[in-house]
Amino acid sequence: MFAPMSSIWEYANPRRFMATSAALLPWVVGLAAICLIGGLVWGFFFTPNDFRQGATVKIIYIHVPTAIMAINAWFMMLVCSLIWLIRRHHVSALAAKAAAPVGMVFTLIALFTGAVWGQPMWGTWWEWDPRLTSFLILFLFYLGYMALWEAIENPDQAADLTSVLCLVGSIFAILSRYALVFWNQGLHQGTTVSTVGVGVEENEGVSSVFLYPMLTSLAGFVFLFLALVLYRTRTEIRARRLKALIAQEQIA
Amino acid sequence: MIGLLRRDLALAVRAGGGFGLSLAFFLIFTALVPFGIGPETGRLADIAAGLLWLGALLACLLSLDRIFQLDWEDGSLDLLATSPLPLEALAALKALAHWLTTGLPLVIAAPVLGLILNLPGPAYIPLVLSLLAGTPALSAIGTFGAALTVGIKRGGLLLSLLVLPLYVPTLLFGALAATRGAQGLDATTPLVLTLGITLGCMALLPFAAAAALRVNLR
Repeated sequence: MFAPMSSIWEYANPRRFMATSAALLPWVVGLAAICLIGGLVWGFFFTPNDFRQGATVKIIYIHVPTAIMAINAWFMMLVCSLIWLIRRHHVSALAAKAAAPVGMVFTLIALFTGAVWGQPMWGTWWEWDPRLTSFLILFLFYLGYMALWEAIENPDQAADLTSVLCLVGSIFAILSRYALVFWNQGLHQGTTVSTVGVGVEENEGVSSVFLYPMLTSLAGFVFLFLALVLYRTRTEIRARRLKALIAQEQIA
Repeated sequence: MIGLLRRDLALAVRAGGGFGLSLAFFLIFTALVPFGIGPETGRLADIAAGLLWLGALLACLLSLDRIFQLDWEDGSLDLLATSPLPLEALAALKALAHWLTTGLPLVIAAPVLGLILNLPGPAYIPLVLSLLAGTPALSAIGTFGAALTVGIKRGGLLLSLLVLPLYVPTLLFGALAATRGAQGLDATTPLVLTLGITLGCMALLPFAAAAALRVNLR
C-alpha cells in the first residue's frame, strides 16, 4: 500500500535491520575507502598549491567534510530521537546513540584542523569567531549528550531522556549559532578574519581544481560516517541481545 | 498552586542551604576575581559587568540540583505527580520558586557587588535590567536540566555539563546588554533579545521538563 514509506519503517525490526546492514556494510566501507583514498590522494598530491595559502590550502580536504558531517551527525541524531519519541523504534534510539561519538570526533577533527590551518594563515590557533565558537559549543553538546547516555542505567529511560535533551539542545544550538554572530559583530565590527570564514562559503569561487577532490573526499566522509554508524548500531543491538540472553539465563 | 509555591519558598528559606548559599557564593566569586586578575580599578571596571553576569550564572547553577532532588528523595515528587496539578505547571512553579529564591536575590545583590568591582556609573541600570530579564531563563533552563538528572545519583556534575551549554545564548545577550551599558552604548537590542529568550524558555521548557520528569518517575 504505502510502498515507499513502509519500506523505511521495516528497519525498525532489529532482525531486518541486522540482515540488511550486514549486506550493506562491506559496500559502504568499500565506497568510503575508495572515495577517501581517492579524494585525499588526489587532493594532496595532484592539485597545485594556492598562490596565497601555499600548501596549507590542502587541509580543506579534511576540514570542510568533517565540519559538514559534524553538523549533519547532530541532525541525524535529532531525526532519530524524534522517531524514537514518536514511534518507539529501538533501532532508531540506538542509531542516535551510535552516531554521537562519531559526530563528536568529527567536530574535534574540524576544530583541530581549523586550528592548524589558522596558525599560519591568521597567525593564531584560536579566534573567538562565531563559527569556531559555535563548533566548540556543538562539541560540548555532544559531550553532554554522551554523558547522559552513560549515566542512566535503564536503556529505555536513557533513550527517552537523551532524546528530549537532543530536541532541546538542537533549539539552543541554533539559538547559540545566531546569538554568536550578533555577539561578535557587536563587540568587534568588521573583523577581516570572520569574513574569510572557515566553512562552506569559502568554496564559492574556489576553482574546480580544489572543488572536485574536496567533493570526492566529502563523499568519502559521508560513507565513512554511514559505515561507522551502521557498525556501531549493530554492536549496540548485539550488546542488547547479549544482555537479554544473560537475563534469561539467570531466570532459568 | 499558590500553596505549592509557598511551600517551596518556605522550604528554601527555612531549611537552610538554598537561599543564602548561592548569594554567598556570588559574593565570594566577586571577591575572588581581583585576586585572579589583579586589583587595578581600570581593568576591573572594563570587565565588571560581564563578570557579574558570569558570577550570577554560576551561583544560579549551584542551587539547581535542589529543585527536584529533595522532593525526589522523600517521595513528595511522586505525590505531586499524582496530584491533579499537571506536571507542566509543577515544572513552571518550581522554576518560579527557584527564581524567587535564587535569581531575584542575585539581581538585588548585583549592584552592591558592582561597587567593589568598580562598575562604571551608567552600567548599573542596564546590568540590573539585563539580570532581571535574563535570570528567569536561567531558572527555567536549570529546571529542565534538574528534571533530566533527577534520578541519577551524584548527578550534580552531569547537570552542570548539560545546563552550561544551554546557558550560552542567555549569558551572551545578557552580558552584552550589561557591557554595552557600561560603555555608554545603546543596550536596548540585546536587552530585548534576552527578554525574548526568557519568554521563550518560560513558555516552552516546562513542557520539556515535564516530559523528562514523567520518564524519571515511570
